[in-house]
Amino acid sequence: MWRRTRKASDFGAEIEAHIALETERLQEQGFSYEDARSAARLTFGNVTRVQERFYEASRWPEWDHFWQDGRYAARMLRKSPGFTAIAVLTIALGIGAATAIFSVVDATLLHPLPYPHPEQLVSVIDDLPGVGAQDVGMSVPEWHDFARSGIFEYVSPLGGGDVNLTGSSQPTRILFAAVPPNYFALLGAEPELGRSFNPEDATPGFTLEVLISDRLWKGAFASDPRILGKNIRLDNDLYQIIGVMPAGFHDPGRTAAERSTELWLATGFAGPPAPDPLRASHFLAPVIARIKPGLTMVEAQSGLDALVASLQNEFPEDYPLQSAWRVRLVPLKQTVVGDVRQSLIMLLGAVGLVLLIGCVNVANLLLARASARGREMAVRQALGAERSRLVWQLLSEGLLLSLLGGIVGIAILFCAKEFLLRIVPDSLPRLNEVSISWPVLLFALLATVIAGVIFGLAPAWHAGRVDLNYMLKQEGRGSTGSGEQARTRRVLVVTEFALSLVLMIAAGLLLRSFADLLQVQLGFNPQNVLAVRTWLPIPNDPATDIYRTPAQAAPFLREVLRRGRTLPGVEEIAMGDSAALPLGHGREDLNRYPLLMEGREAPSNGAPLVDASIVTPGYFHLLGMTLLRGRLFGEADDEKAPAVVVINETFARTYWPNENPVGQRIKIRMPGDRTTFAWNTVVGVLADSRTESLTDPSVPEMYMSLYQRPAKDLAIFMRGRLDAAAIPVELREQVQAVNPELPVFGAQTLHEALAGSLAARRFSMEIVGLFALTALLLAGMGIYGVISYLVSERTHEIGIRLALGAQRHRILQMILRQGLGLAIAGAAIGLVGALIVAHLMAGVLYGVRPADPVTFGVVALLLIAVALLACYIPARRAIRVDPLVALRHE
Amino acid sequence: MTTQDTRERLELLQGTLDLLILRTLIFGAQHGQGIARAIQQTSDEELLVEHGALYPALQRLEERKWISAKWGISRNNRKARFYTLTAAGRKQLVRETSKWNRLTAAIGRILESEEG
Repeated sequence: MWRRTRKASDFGAEIEAHIALETERLQEQGFSYEDARSAARLTFGNVTRVQERFYEASRWPEWDHFWQDGRYAARMLRKSPGFTAIAVLTIALGIGAATAIFSVVDATLLHPLPYPHPEQLVSVIDDLPGVGAQDVGMSVPEWHDFARSGIFEYVSPLGGGDVNLTGSSQPTRILFAAVPPNYFALLGAEPELGRSFNPEDATPGFTLEVLISDRLWKGAFASDPRILGKNIRLDNDLYQIIGVMPAGFHDPGRTAAERSTELWLATGFAGPPAPDPLRASHFLAPVIARIKPGLTMVEAQSGLDALVASLQNEFPEDYPLQSAWRVRLVPLKQTVVGDVRQSLIMLLGAVGLVLLIGCVNVANLLLARASARGREMAVRQALGAERSRLVWQLLSEGLLLSLLGGIVGIAILFCAKEFLLRIVPDSLPRLNEVSISWPVLLFALLATVIAGVIFGLAPAWHAGRVDLNYMLKQEGRGSTGSGEQARTRRVLVVTEFALSLVLMIAAGLLLRSFADLLQVQLGFNPQNVLAVRTWLPIPNDPATDIYRTPAQAAPFLREVLRRGRTLPGVEEIAMGDSAALPLGHGREDLNRYPLLMEGREAPSNGAPLVDASIVTPGYFHLLGMTLLRGRLFGEADDEKAPAVVVINETFARTYWPNENPVGQRIKIRMPGDRTTFAWNTVVGVLADSRTESLTDPSVPEMYMSLYQRPAKDLAIFMRGRLDAAAIPVELREQVQAVNPELPVFGAQTLHEALAGSLAARRFSMEIVGLFALTALLLAGMGIYGVISYLVSERTHEIGIRLALGAQRHRILQMILRQGLGLAIAGAAIGLVGALIVAHLMAGVLYGVRPADPVTFGVVALLLIAVALLACYIPARRAIRVDPLVALRHE
Repeated sequence: MTTQDTRERLELLQGTLDLLILRTLIFGAQHGQGIARAIQQTSDEELLVEHGALYPALQRLEERKWISAKWGISRNNRKARFYTLTAAGRKQLVRETSKWNRLTAAIGRILESEEG
């Protein structure tokens, strides 16, 4: 019953009418008007009391008090605009930043995947823990076994890449996904036009039907209404469009690139160009599946374990015991989000700390004001205000402040949304789902209320414990500040310093990690190198492939290199496959092959996997890699010469720890691969270089000659003073002069690749750094406030000291020592917190120990220096005090 | 005390005012002052009703939907708020009256046995 059904004025009118009627009645009995009226009033009793009773009975008084407090708080805030502005901005900053980070967390970690019943979707991952290999891929027979197991509704491997599309308005290179016909049924997705594949289709190779994305339809086909049934060519093979997927549909990929598939091909993964469907031929990865409804993850996993065990018994030669084949189910969402989780949680923690420090700061400001208003509070209490009402009033001031801050913060966020999304690296999963949604706003509201309660509580708590006599006796003095209040403010400042130190050490560690990464010996020289990609078509029928063997491809390769060398600025040119692209490639570009070594028996599944790149001889010199022993391969090592291979130091150390690797023979091949390759002789050993990953120095790598082993996914590397805008176009002309069918795309300097591989790290470092600076600034402001308050309180005392002949520098020391004490206490507590946080962060650090003494020391000193600076300003004011003025100060 | 009348009047028992108001309204719509008058007159001026106490009670009864109210004109042409018994109020009156009768009968019996 908080809504009044009847107005108080109406009630008042009724009472008025009553008294008038009664007066009239008494007048009729012969009394004079005055007597009648006073008698009527007398019989009525206490009008005010009756009205109060009406008032209390007909509404919820708390609600009323709430409004009253709110109005009062608004008046107080209007009266001190400077204070209000600082407090609101501090909170706005905290709430805005926290909401921004939360919106990313919400989209990536909290939202379910955008498919029906996402909880049933899993990734199916094959591991060989016996040989230390993870995610080795699945073979076609295994896929069929799993699909028939009764555990899953559908199982679906995902392949893909990019392909040359002709038949649209102009030839384009598009991203495609090769999926089994059950793929869309598995995800529960329907096309917006036409139909999707028949999930029961068992064609071993590619079906001749494709689905295209809404974007491709609207772009390359100009929203052609007669798109269904249209024929197109992909790498010269003919396909028919049967449907268009809606704009909102995305593959469950990790990054924007993986999710922007433009065309889906259906395949059984068992016909050309796929390898023979042998049990040992593990090439299907990633594999996703939908668990049968009613089965839990645990039940599905134990069913799968039983199936794996029985398959191991049935095919002992394919699943040797020592490789310990295992299949693991992981919720699909987890694979999609990947390792971003840790960084995001770190950012959320950091922003939470900033918000908390902001709260502490505002609490400090409020407390300073509360001490100035101590008398007002005491007077109100003396006049009969209940303590709870005063506490509520101060709390509502806090809430109003934080509400204003929250609104400003969200407003800024709305305005800066576009800009903020641009500085977030593209590699963030589910980036396009980030939005300021209702849950995000709810979070902001919750954060606002909690913040308001946190910083409204400190002054409110004190207001509830005021000593009336003491307060009122402080004759004529506006500021009193009980000892207890001053102590609370000091505790708040120490808290602030501790929290800031934690943030700054986190930022320092990230900064050092980043600096270490920039200092890393790359082992190659990315200076002035530009890579452009091209792709030789892979027709479904190998017989029609004009670049099938190295002998067939070599003339083309040599001609492109010859023409490229003539381009302006080009000093060196070389080619490689996409695995040869340093750093800039995604996981799908890695070629990990089982390695066979001559003279050593390796079980088919026990073979170690190595990264292999295929390059032309000029590659090593162009990238500035160092040869340690043996020789590099040259132009003479062509298809007619014995096959050779160059390995890196880690490779040599791993497989021939005590032998000379030069002269050893190795080969790599997919088990079940139809093509048989000869043994490769190791001719040289290169110094390690970080072409795979900046953070991982030791990856065994091997390089084969493009003239001896064919590759389709080509990259052309050029070094020189290149015009990055013109050279890709000029190169395209040269490539297409040799073969007009070939696409030339993806131009990127190695510097861009380097920057790209660091983007996510740089982002989290910059954000945490920004937060840490904010925290430092807030903590500095906090200590400044406390010390200047202290100084103004002690002006009188300082005046006496000066008058008695105290040295000014002694006074300066005295004040600085107080500030220093607070800073050191804060730093000491902060160091403990920072140690804990640093250990939690270990996973995102590189090259620096979590308890790095340099970072801890430097940050602590910096914090103390800032504290001293913040104290120096009020301290200087103190020693400039004129004793005469100070003594009169009352 | 607000009234320093010649005769000492009986103060109302807690909760009986509601019953008296409902009972008074059974004769038709009446305003607050009229109700106060009626209670005093019908009780032969025995009962002490502080007029002010009437209004919170009226407010309470109105909220419980036992009476309804409307502004109207009194006999001597004054604006006044008139209260009417609702159907629910009538039922409540019956309930309360029988409760009251049982209560007074019981208390009467006890008092008589003590005397006897």
